[in-house]
Amino acid sequence: MTREVKIYTTPTCPYCKMAKKFLADNGVEYQEFNVAEDKAAREEMIRKCHSLGVPTICFDNEVLVGFNEAQLREKLGL
Amino acid sequence: MIIIGAGPAGMTAAVYTARKKLDTLLISYDVGGQVLWTTTIENYMGYQFIEGSELIQKFEQQVRQFPSDVKIRIGQRAESVSRIDGGFEIRSDKGETYQAKAVIFATGKRSRQLNVPGEKKLLGRGVTYCAICDGPLFAGEKVAVIGGGNSALEAAESMIKIAQQVYLISLTPLTGDQILIDKVTGASNLAIFLEHEVLGIEGESRVEGMKIRDLKSKQERELRVNGLVPNSGAIKGLTSLNRLGEVEVNCANETDVPGLFAAGDVTNVPEKQIVVAAGEGAKAALQAHRYLQRLK
Repeated sequence: MTREVKIYTTPTCPYCKMAKKFLADNGVEYQEFNVAEDKAAREEMIRKCHSLGVPTICFDNEVLVGFNEAQLREKLGL
Repeated sequence: MIIIGAGPAGMTAAVYTARKKLDTLLISYDVGGQVLWTTTIENYMGYQFIEGSELIQKFEQQVRQFPSDVKIRIGQRAESVSRIDGGFEIRSDKGETYQAKAVIFATGKRSRQLNVPGEKKLLGRGVTYCAICDGPLFAGEKVAVIGGGNSALEAAESMIKIAQQVYLISLTPLTGDQILIDKVTGASNLAIFLEHEVLGIEGESRVEGMKIRDLKSKQERELRVNGLVPNSGAIKGLTSLNRLGEVEVNCANETDVPGLFAAGDVTNVPEKQIVVAAGEGAKAALQAHRYLQRLK
């Protein structure tokens, strides 16, 4: 089963770029939402993930705020 | 030669050591450090205006011109630097160890926490240390920026364009560049509280307000805010540190450990500027080269 990975970002956020590069380099498919523009996605990030920071990365029951490579690697089982 | 840190100081040092044909390893968690958080730079010579991320790309390209002299390891933090016979051993958080005859320590600075009640609990829920990352989330809301230096002023400048109300709270009079002070102080949606300290941040699932206190009159005041951006601070170094936790270096970037040099914002050099950090990186590299020549 393909895991659904969502990443909430803003265009000016350097850690979002690092997180996306990490996911891409490791072959992890993801859906990106620009929460600076997309208000519905921003509300979803706040409501479902209880987060007000980017990048917020959601998959399974995990919510990771910020880019921490070691943590992301462990939670994704990479 | 090992350089720890790939901000302006570390990358400039790498170009200089490469040009001296020193076998160099550059280790860093990220490329760019604090410059990545800077939106616009108007005081780096050669560019009237450049984005922080673009300047860092140019620095990186310049370092990568020397693939045979400079090996680059990104995504690793140096956890410890210890002295061994003939030089130093660096252990990274990935469990790798590296050895060198000389080390340039250029790990920069990062935002310091305020250490007030509510801050940890609400981190990522309205408390942020990266205005250019999270600022857009607070469009149309009330936010507070903590600090009085250039970083805080830049955060305030970007937030007054999108937030309903911005409070700038500083322990001291504003210490940033006058050009930045002029840019923000006229804004109709900015209120400045100088010589005020933050006592606490309030909210359950997200920031709802904060309490501040006038340092002179001791009068306390509550502000209703949705977001908060603390700024300024320093990280610890590995050799003699000053009371701010900065690495003490002499004018040749030498620490009190022979062969260990330091450069940029991590040091006690007072001006935390990209152009200064780059110059300090060059100085450290040249002094390290002299040191290695003497060992031969």
